[in-house]
Amino acid sequence: MATDAYEAAIKGLKDLLSKKADLGNVAAEKIKELTQELKELDSSNSDAVERIKSGFTHFKTQKYLKDSARFNDLAKGQSPKFLVFACSDSRVCPSHILNFQPGEAFVVRNIANMVPPFDQKRHSGVGAAVEYAVVHLKVENILVIGHSRCGGIKGLMSIEDDAAPTKSDFIENWVKIGASARNKIKEEHQGLDDEAKCTECEKEAVNVSLGNLLSYPFVRAEVVKNTLAIRGAHYNFVKGTFDLWELDFKTTPAYAFS
Amino acid sequence: MSTDSYEDALKKLGELLTKKSDLGNVAAAKIKQLTSELEELDSSKIDSVERIKSGFNHFKTHNYEKNPSLYSALAKSQSPKFLVFACADSRVCPSHILNFQLGEAFIVRNIANMVPPYDKTKHCNIGAALEYPVTVLNVESILVIGHSCCGGIKGLMAIEDDAAPFKSEFIEDWIQICASAKNKTRQDCKDLSFDDQCTNCEKEAVNVSLGNLLSYPFVRERVVKNKLAIRGAHYDFVKGTFDLWELDFKTTPAFALS
Repeated sequence: MATDAYEAAIKGLKDLLSKKADLGNVAAEKIKELTQELKELDSSNSDAVERIKSGFTHFKTQKYLKDSARFNDLAKGQSPKFLVFACSDSRVCPSHILNFQPGEAFVVRNIANMVPPFDQKRHSGVGAAVEYAVVHLKVENILVIGHSRCGGIKGLMSIEDDAAPTKSDFIENWVKIGASARNKIKEEHQGLDDEAKCTECEKEAVNVSLGNLLSYPFVRAEVVKNTLAIRGAHYNFVKGTFDLWELDFKTTPAYAFS
Repeated sequence: MSTDSYEDALKKLGELLTKKSDLGNVAAAKIKQLTSELEELDSSKIDSVERIKSGFNHFKTHNYEKNPSLYSALAKSQSPKFLVFACADSRVCPSHILNFQLGEAFIVRNIANMVPPYDKTKHCNIGAALEYPVTVLNVESILVIGHSCCGGIKGLMAIEDDAAPFKSEFIEDWIQICASAKNKTRQDCKDLSFDDQCTNCEKEAVNVSLGNLLSYPFVRERVVKNKLAIRGAHYDFVKGTFDLWELDFKTTPAFALS
């Protein structure tokens, strides 16, 4: 669709070429290239927009309009029972793998489904999500789900040693949250092949995150009152399995030594 | 279900009480309390575990086992075209609202779907979540989706002024990423109701995040080469609407001033 700016630009180009006719072939090449780029841009752009549009239309007609009672309630407020940490990996969305419907689960997704320890300076993102879910929404369960073939965990296992310089801007520093899991696997499972070591690390990193959850005082307070349960899980999409385990945490009453 | 350790513990308690019968009433009270705690713990635990189990079974029978070629391809690798930032809110999962199937979208979810500016210390979470899909998976589109009735944005609008002391441990610090959206809304939409101001801020905060995306060099270089498209969106679950807009970004060739 031609516009004034486009017309003006074409005119400018023509004026130039009438003065410098030897530039004709160069200009022709560049225009072919530009046209090709615009074609590719246009089709991938319109593919993406079409995909978004048809996706929303599907949701609206098949779910939103068919279940108006649920969506009216949800419009007023949410009261999910679960806070879920899952990897951002496109293959592991909890809405699919656990069939969570809108309203059921407050879901945080990041690289390798990590929960870092309490750190107001370096980890405000996860801190804010845990604080909101536990203190304001009063979820009853926290579930951290690791998964097979996790790129983040594979990256963590590939870091040579704790002092190796990082090759990425951010990724290695982030996945190092799970460094103790990597170290444990390297010590205890030396005989396993790389893929099996990664699988063990995927599960052990979940345990590191479960422990880190307890570094948040507002989590600890609810756990000792038995109003918040903490669980870990591992979804294996190669085998089609889902393992679930619990974290038991309590302190006993103190003995008084006098 | 009794176990050996339970029988054993009961036996030892019984032995103690035969020696110290005056402890009988105290023991009775404590056992009643323990029984009550176990009852409460048991039923909510069973509900949650059942919910997770039935959710996975539903996915496995209706989706995983019905699409073996899709899932064996995904088991080998993922090549999503989209990177999506969405809120952790239980009502706005992109797999539902845009009908994304497994494998289509790399999804990052946090409080109020925020993208902070490049910061290796404070924001390696988002940095990693951007670096991996953009530089390793080579996604073609980034989509940041804001939504109606966002608790994070409401909290942002409720902060009195930029110097007000924080009432939360993490939430206010995190949502201040989009403080400029709050300030702009307060200026431009003085006459609107608080709710309408929040709606405006939900959209303006998406624009702040879109701008912040450009502070990551690996994003910028792909955008100028037209290999990566950036879009913002707002999902309104009260009205059932979805607005989508684009970010145009390029630098013109430099004019040499001599």
